Parts: sequence; C-alpha cells; structure tokens
Amino acid sequence: MAQIFSRYANSYAKAGIIGVVILVAVAFGAADRLARSPWMTRADTFREQPVQFSHQHHVGGIGIDCRYCHTSVDTATSAGIPPTKTCMNCHAQIWLTSPYLEPVRASFRDDTSLRWIRVHDLPDFVYFNHSVHVKKGMGCSTCHGRVDRMPLVYQRASLQMEWCLGCHRNPEQYVRPREAVYQMDYQPPDDQAELGARLVKEYDIKSLTNCSTCHR
Amino acid sequence: MSADTTFDLSHIRTKLAQARGRQYWRTFEELADTEEFRAFVHREFPQNASEWLDPVGRRGFLKLMGASLALAGATACTRQPDELIVPYVRQPENLIPGRPLYFATAMPFGAGALGLIVESHEGRPTKIEGNPDHPASLGATDAFAQGSVLQLYDPDRSTSITELGEIRPWSSFSQVMGRLHTERQAEQGAGLAFLTETVVSPTLASQLQQVLTDLPQAKWHQYEPVNQDNAYEGAKLAFGEVVDAQYKFDQAQVIVSLDADVLGGGPGSVRYARDFANGRRVRKANAEMNRLYVAEHAPSPTGAVADHRLPVRAGQIEAIARAIAGGLGGGAAATGAADIDKWIAAVVSDLQTHRGRSLVVAGAGQPPAVHAIAHAINQTLGNAGNTVVYTETVAPAPVNQLQSLRELVDDMNNGVVKLLVIMGGNPVYTAPADLHFADAMKKVPVRAHLGLYDDETAALCQWHVPETHYLEQWSDARAFDGTVSVVQPLILPLYRGRSAHEVAAIFMGRPDLTPYDAVREHWQGQPAFSGQDFDKAWRRAVHNGLIEGTAFTPKTVPASTALPPETPPRKAAGLEITFAPDPTIHDGRFANVGWLQELPKPLTTLTWDNVAMVAPSTAQRLGVSTEDVVEIEYRNRRVRAPIWVQAGHAPDAVSVHLGYGRTRAGRAAEGAGFDANSIRTADAPAIGFGAQLKPTGEKYRLAGTQGHFNMENRALVRPGTIEDFKAQPDFAKHMAHVPEKSLSLYPEYKYEGYAWGMSIDPTVCTGCASCVVACVAENNIAVVGKEQVLFGREMHWLRIDHYYQGDPDDPAIYNLPVLCQHCENAPCEVVCPVAATTHSPEGLNEMTYNRCVGTRYCSNNCPYKVRRFNFLLYSDWYTPSVKLVKNPDVTVRSRGVMEKCSYCVQRINHARQDAKVQGRPIRDGEIRTACQAACPTDAIVFGDINDPTTRVAQLKAEPHDYGLLAELNTRPRTSYLADISNPNPALGPARLHEGAEEHPQPALPSVPPAGTTERNSMKH
Repeated sequence: MAQIFSRYANSYAKAGIIGVVILVAVAFGAADRLARSPWMTRADTFREQPVQFSHQHHVGGIGIDCRYCHTSVDTATSAGIPPTKTCMNCHAQIWLTSPYLEPVRASFRDDTSLRWIRVHDLPDFVYFNHSVHVKKGMGCSTCHGRVDRMPLVYQRASLQMEWCLGCHRNPEQYVRPREAVYQMDYQPPDDQAELGARLVKEYDIKSLTNCSTCHR
Repeated sequence: MSADTTFDLSHIRTKLAQARGRQYWRTFEELADTEEFRAFVHREFPQNASEWLDPVGRRGFLKLMGASLALAGATACTRQPDELIVPYVRQPENLIPGRPLYFATAMPFGAGALGLIVESHEGRPTKIEGNPDHPASLGATDAFAQGSVLQLYDPDRSTSITELGEIRPWSSFSQVMGRLHTERQAEQGAGLAFLTETVVSPTLASQLQQVLTDLPQAKWHQYEPVNQDNAYEGAKLAFGEVVDAQYKFDQAQVIVSLDADVLGGGPGSVRYARDFANGRRVRKANAEMNRLYVAEHAPSPTGAVADHRLPVRAGQIEAIARAIAGGLGGGAAATGAADIDKWIAAVVSDLQTHRGRSLVVAGAGQPPAVHAIAHAINQTLGNAGNTVVYTETVAPAPVNQLQSLRELVDDMNNGVVKLLVIMGGNPVYTAPADLHFADAMKKVPVRAHLGLYDDETAALCQWHVPETHYLEQWSDARAFDGTVSVVQPLILPLYRGRSAHEVAAIFMGRPDLTPYDAVREHWQGQPAFSGQDFDKAWRRAVHNGLIEGTAFTPKTVPASTALPPETPPRKAAGLEITFAPDPTIHDGRFANVGWLQELPKPLTTLTWDNVAMVAPSTAQRLGVSTEDVVEIEYRNRRVRAPIWVQAGHAPDAVSVHLGYGRTRAGRAAEGAGFDANSIRTADAPAIGFGAQLKPTGEKYRLAGTQGHFNMENRALVRPGTIEDFKAQPDFAKHMAHVPEKSLSLYPEYKYEGYAWGMSIDPTVCTGCASCVVACVAENNIAVVGKEQVLFGREMHWLRIDHYYQGDPDDPAIYNLPVLCQHCENAPCEVVCPVAATTHSPEGLNEMTYNRCVGTRYCSNNCPYKVRRFNFLLYSDWYTPSVKLVKNPDVTVRSRGVMEKCSYCVQRINHARQDAKVQGRPIRDGEIRTACQAACPTDAIVFGDINDPTTRVAQLKAEPHDYGLLAELNTRPRTSYLADISNPNPALGPARLHEGAEEHPQPALPSVPPAGTTERNSMKH
C-alpha cells in the first residue's frame, strides 16, 4: 500500500507546529501592542469639540492661569470644567460677534450647557483626586503635557494603570516645588534626583500603591 | 432553608438537655441538627446558590459559553466610548462638582419627626444621615429614614394629576376644587371632609384650622393605623387630659416595658435608644448599668436587649401591670401564674429601691388602661418629673384617630359628605375591615386623593394628585420633644408633585400660596422668633434644621395614683391575635422600597413577607411548622398566611404584621405577603381574641436569612453578667484560645501610619437594622429579590445575627452585627488567584472589583461568611430614576464579581485627601462609617487603632474586648465587647461564668509543620 503522506510531511508538521507557536506569540504581542497603542488609549488623538477653544491662545498667548477656569483643582477631586459664565466674563466684552463663540453665547442665552467631549477619561472604577496631587507638588504639565501649546487639547499620557504606577512608585522623579505646579514651561532641574528626594520628604509624599487608593 | 419535617419541640428540648454548657443557636433546624441542616452548613453557599438551574444541557451550556466568550472577548476589544462633560451655565455658589453638599431637613413620621442631614451630589440627595443637633436624632437614624431616599426615586411613584384616569394640569384641579370650595362655602362647609394622617406640621395644622374657622361645618379627620389612640386615652384616664409622655432613659436605672418596643419604633425611639445605651455601656472605669425588664408578646429590639424578658400574651399585660401597681402599693402582686408572679415580685422590689430613678413604659398597642396604670406607677414611684415628663401633644390637633375615622365613615354612609379630600395616607388599605371604608367612600360624590402612589385609595378617587416626597417639599414638623424641625427640599419635585400645604391653600381661598410662604408666614410673629430679625433667624433655623427653643416645657399634670377600673377579661376560644406595624415597611407606606423589603426584619430575619408568628409550643400543639400555610379565621374573616415559629414568642397567641398584601403598591411590593388589615377590626385594632389557625396543607417558602452565613457553633457571642465582669473583667477573652501573634506562614505586616479598626458593643445593640440599610445606601448594594434571598444570595455587607440560648419558648436573645472583620491574617487574601483582594498598608482588606474574575475562592475561605457574590446582574443599571440614588463615590458592581464591606473606604479616602490638602492628620471621629453614623445606640465605633487616644483604641483596650473567631489566628480588626447583662439575682444566676474558665484547647497545632518560615521556627 502506498504511503499516504509523503516524506516531507514530517517537516511540514514540525514547521506547522513552530508556525502556530510563532503565530500565537505574534498575536499576543500584537494584542499587547494594540492595548497600549494610542488607538486604544486615545493618547495624542484630537477630538472635535463644540467650541474650537484654544488653550494655546488662552494659556500660552494671553497667560491666563489654569485656576481661573479650573477653579476646584486644589480643593476637590475634579479640577472643574468652567461654567459658560466664566467664558462670558470676558466674551461679554471682547469678540462679541465672533462666529466661533456662537455656541458659547447660545449656551448663555438659552441656559443650556455646552457639551464637551471628555478628553481625559478614566474608567468609572478609578477615583482620581486633583487636589492631593496639586498639594504634593505634581505639576499640571507632568500629566497633561504642554497644554499652553495645544490649540486643541489632547491626551498626552496613556492614562493606563502602569503609567500611574510609574509615578506612584517613584514620585521623586516627577515632583516639583509647589510654587511651580501651575507653571507650564517648568523644566526639571539637573539635580531632580536630589530635589525630588528632598521634596518627597518635605511634602510627606506617600508612595501609595495599594488598590483602594484609586479603586473602591 | 426549610425542613419538611413537622416542628418537633420535644426533640429540640432533648437536644438542648443533652448539650454541654450553654448552647447558643440561631435556628430550630440548627438546634434539631437535622441532615438538611448539616448539608446546608457544609456548603459555602446554600444549595443551588452556585448551580445553573435553567434546564440547559451540557451541550447547550457549552455552546452558550463559547458564544459568550467569543462575544465578550470581541466586545472587550472596543475602546471606551466618548463621554461628555456638561458643565453648568451658571454654577451655583458653594457647589463644586464631585464634592457633596449637606443640608438639614427632617422626616415627619407618625407622631414625630427625625432631624436629618442629607448628602446631596450635584442636586440629587443620595444618603440620609442624622442631624447631630436634633434632639430626636443626635446624629443617628432609624431604618425608615435610611430607606426613605430610595422612595424619593421610586419609579412607581405616581407621576401625574389624574381625573378619572385622564391626565390634568394642576390648574384644572385647583379650579375644580376652588369651585367646590365656593359651593361648600354657601353651606358653611357642610359636606366637606378632610382626611389626613397624623399631622405633626404646625403650619399644616394652622392652615386646616383656618379652613375650619372659615367653614365651621367642614370636618377634619385624622387616621393612620399606627397612632397614639391608646396613649391619648390612657392619659385621659390618668390625668383627665391628653398629654404626651416624654421619657428620660438616661435618668432611669430600672426600666420596665409593658409590651412597649420603645427602642425599636415610635416617636423618639432613636433618641431613647441612645439614652438607654448610655446607661448601659460597661467599661473598666464604669462597671454600672441600668436594668431593663420587658414583658412582651413577640420578640422586639427592646426585648432583645432586656435583662429579663417575659414572653406573655398582649392580653396578659394589663393583669401584670395591675399586679405591679398592687405590689408597689403593698398589696398582692399575683396573677396566678408562678413564673410571672416571680417576675413581678422581682420588678416590684427593684422599682421600690429605685424610686425616682425608674421608669415604666406602656406599649402603643396596649389598651388605655395599661397606659393609665403605667402613669399611676410612675406617679407612685416619684418618676414623674424625673424619668418621665408630660408635655402638650406633638400633634397640634390630637384626636382619637379610630374614632375620627369611624365618624367619617358614618358621615359618608349617611350621605353627609359631598367632597372628601384625602391628603396623604391610604385609608382604603389601612382602615380596619369592619368599617368597610371603601364602600362608604364610594358614596361620596367627589373624592380627591393626594398621595405618593397611585394606590388602593387613589384607584377609588376621581381625582389623584401626586404628593411631594418630604425631600421635595417645604414644611415643618414637631419632633417627639416638641422641637420644631424645618423640612427643607433637597430637590425640585421629580414628578411635579404637590404638598398638602398647597391643597389646603386652595380651601383657604389662597390657591397661590406656596408651601414655602405658608411655612414662613406661620412662623413669622411666633414667639420663637420674637425680638429677632425674622429673615436672619429663619435662615439660621433652615440651616440648623430646627427652630431653637421650641421644645415643649414639661406640664404639671394632676398627680393621680388611682388605677383605672379593671377591664373585664375577654374570653374567646382560640388564640390571641395581635396586629403590629411591620418593622421594615411599617403600615405599608414603604412597601415598594426594595431596600426595606429586603432588610431582614429584626429577630425573625424575614424578608419580603409577613407571617403568622407563633411560639414553638403553640406550633407543636397545632401541629404546624414554619412555612405551613394556615387559614387565620378571626371573627368570621379569613386570611391565608404562612406560619413562622419564633423563639420567644408568647404561647397561645399569633402575631401578624400590617403593611403587606398590597394590591397597588408597585413592582417591589407586588405579591409580597398577606393583608392583615382584611381581618382587623375597629374595636380591637391591635389585640384581638379568638383567632383560629387552620392548616391548609400547603407550603409557602419564606425568605428568612437567619440560617444563612452560619459560622457554626463556636464561641461567637460571649455573654456574661455584670457580676462576671466585676469578678473577672476579661472573662470573654478566656472563652477561646487565641494563638500567638507570630503563628503564621506569612510575614507580618507593619502598620506605620493609620491602622483602621472597629469596635462593636453587642451589649447595647438592639438589632434595629438601621446600620444595614445605611450600608446599602452608602455602598450601592443591590436588591436581589425574594427568589434570590431564598438561595442565600442577599448582598448585604452587614448582617445582624441573632443568637438564642435556653428554652425555645423563653430564650435569652443576643444580637451580633457581623461585617468584614478586616483580618490582619486574612484567609481570603491568600487564595485569590488574581490579587483582587489585597491588604492595604493601613490594614484594610481591599476588594478590587475590576480585578475580580469571580472564582469565589475568597468567600470559600472566609470563616465569617461576609463575602457576597454577584451571581447575576443585581444592580439596577437601567431604571433612570434609580440611577439617581447611587453614591458616585462607590463603584456599581456588575455580574460575576465578589464584594464585601470595605470599612467605607470612600469615606476614609475623602478624609485622608482633605487632611492632606489641609496639611494635618486625620482627626479621631472624622471618619464615621455608614453603619456607625446610623446606629441609634452608638454601638459601632471606628477609627485609628495605632493612636491610643482614639475612642476605638480605648474600646479595644477594654478587658472584655474579644475577636470573633480570633482562635483561627485571623487577627480581626473588628472586635467585639462581651455582651453583658444585668440580671436581677432574684430571677436567675447572677453569674454565667463561675471561676476562671478554662478556654478550649487551641484549634491550631502548637508545633508548626515543617517548612514554615524562619521566624516561626525561631519562636518555637
């Protein structure tokens, strides 16, 4: 009786087995890359907003402090998205007829809220608190990037848990003096390692990495 | 759990007689130690709790599983959907998104009100706390107040004004009522009748009084099934006038309750429980406690903390009261029954030695004569003015409500009433059956109903107006001591409801008067505000939640020690039957509040049903057992009810609770229980005679939770007497062997900063279950429904176990609240394969839902059985109004994850963050867990145990502190104090622990097995 399989069959089988292993490894690797990719994390992607508000102009150009609009950043969990009234403080007097500002005026006129697309969107089981981070010398730009150079705000960091833990495990790498927290162009000094260690001590920064710090 | 065997008391008694030492038991099944019970205990979850019950074969199951996996896997690959940020247009002052605001208000309830502080997240009230400045609350609440916030968001509340089912605007109701008002005016109001519940709002009372002044022929009736009729009539008998009695439990050293559940319900009960507990906290420095005698027909929270509890029929109470009074007067103290007489003699001698420092309280259901006798005894003992004071009534217009309802029914039957305006309440359901209220009401040409629900009464009225919930309205209410509490709205009416103030305003001829203006108008010019800038003083009152200085000053009443004439004993064949409000849904008004329906009722631990409760001996005599359906035949009326055999219930009597068997109450109440009002009659609204129970041979499953989460028979509750404590303060520590600290395979944790811990004092715990609802509200705990409770799948993080000891007919009762013990050597942590439950540096045993994959190994390994698994999607993710009640600081759990008590970690985190921002340590008392805050008796204390100055650290240093199952070397952070009682030596042993007891042999091997850590090897 003739052989059913040719003599090459063994090689095919071996190659096939190795191939499957490689394929699985590649698939896992790809999934892993995908999970960390900006496509998943939405980092570095722009989202169209109802108002073409430019942080570059307002922060970088005019020099408005972060806290003028994000009033509760040093007192509450949420930094606070300004009410329409805050926009109208100025825009009741300047750029009165700008078509870009029509949604803002409409909101104020009709008493209907603007509906912004959330850029920094943590999962619902994550409880982040701005006030503590500000108090402990974490600069705005450390997490949010150079907002003063963003015509349209985008998310700079991945906001994934490993990114949070990167700092929570080694806060001395990122901490800055409290008075520089809102400074957009802050550059860590050359002796950051030394300064960081000193500030961690001075500000009593606890390296909290247990689950209930953020999840509850 | 149910055993299909009939109830066999003699078998249980034999078992008890065979037991060595004192045996504590939770259920009769446990006591009888049946096969079913053993199988039940050996399972982690009750049978079928973890099985797939649908008739799907293996093949079908695999297909489904495969498809679900593929679909779930595929959906997991999607990105998070876009979320919106919707800021304010003009942000309200003081409001910071993400930071709750707290407002003072008050919950009017029965003949009183409870001052509250309500947590509001961006305009939606989510959590009720007590108002620490309010005399009725002192910061605590009852279970009803905790549950009331869910009622606000109840999707089954009525949403529109209707006339014969057609939706109408308020203006048309207002016009029609205005026109009818004008018509009635021509006849001086004849034919106009108002029916309200007990009005405790001075403003509403004055509004109605104004209407009655304008229309002298109009009538105002008040009725609700739980009322003060007996107390009022009793006061009339004793003093010739209607007064309210206000008790000072903190001044009383000997307290006698005559069928009165004063600590568990009724006006002032939250405050009374606190005052009572304050006289009972046994500490190293103060080993003194008050003594409580309770004679009652069915076990109540008050009875559960009694030092001497006497189970007697409600009808025997009068004889007992009379005998006590007689004994005090030097006469004979005899009722004929030896054990009762012994009890009475002890009470009498105790009262005699505590003149002016004792207190006798009569129950709301007891006839006026008992109230009058209690007044007379208090007068005789010189308690009046010391432990009890008399004041004008909390209700501005006190009436005998049953009499009032009777008059209304007569008027309606005689065709006198042309327009009936029902403001609140559900009389068609709650009225006694023999009044035939519904039939009488149908004879009234125009009927209007204002109520939260389109209920049984609304169905029979042409007009129905949705009523505002108390969290939606301006009003005022008097608390038990007369303090005027301001009812402040937390939210605009969700369904454009209207309050009684607005309906009354129509009949005042001022339809535009808003409730806010009505309340302000009433108080402007009242003496409480005289000499002050009204606006300023009013703002302060609204802020504080009460008007200062409005508490009643005690009244002098004619001292009368004369006893009322004896009521001729009513004789009828059969059992005595008592009707009482349900402990969790009251008279049915909370029937659709899922939190309260699923709340295990104190002592019975029943959920979702009411029952015919009988004593073990009665059950045996009648040949019935728990879950047998009987027909209660009482005065030619019949109702079918399931039997519940309750240890400690009075023999030859049956108790039923009101509030169930509703027909138009909403989705939660549907099909729950039977209607006890259908056999209740007006001449005996609380206590009746001659009920027959006829077994039907049918079974009805009851969802009692008492047998669930059984920790097996170990030294869980550790009772002792005050003499035990004085002789050996640390007796509780010797009841089990706690292994050495170092006996663990795992390295020890170091707790350098805060170390959170809790201390619970079962001595003062009444088991009122307020903490359980508070926990549900705070932690977004799901309601699972009766079917799931039967499987043992209830989700409560905190349960109250009741332990019994002694004869089933007259056992000692012990309450033990059990929650996650936050073990330092937590058995759950080490078995989690995905590190979803971990140990925090502060000693919290953390549960991280987003990591949990649902293996349930942790709950399998938990000796306390405090972990709860979401077998199905229990949380309501979809009902729009129910979303509003969720606490935004706590994750809403989905299917397939484990959950358990977190020590309210969200509150700890908030306090820590605030402290950090303010650059200070967390202060003692700054963090109050939800259960602690709600507890009327302050039995739960939470704080940092690393700081020896905190309250909790001091409690843990008490000699009678012990850890539950600490013999397993779990090193629980939650610890308990021994349950100490103060028995009268004349009635029983003064000590339970004679001499230094040897604790049992250690449960763990004293020599560590091979391969243990170096540290352990070195130690041994």
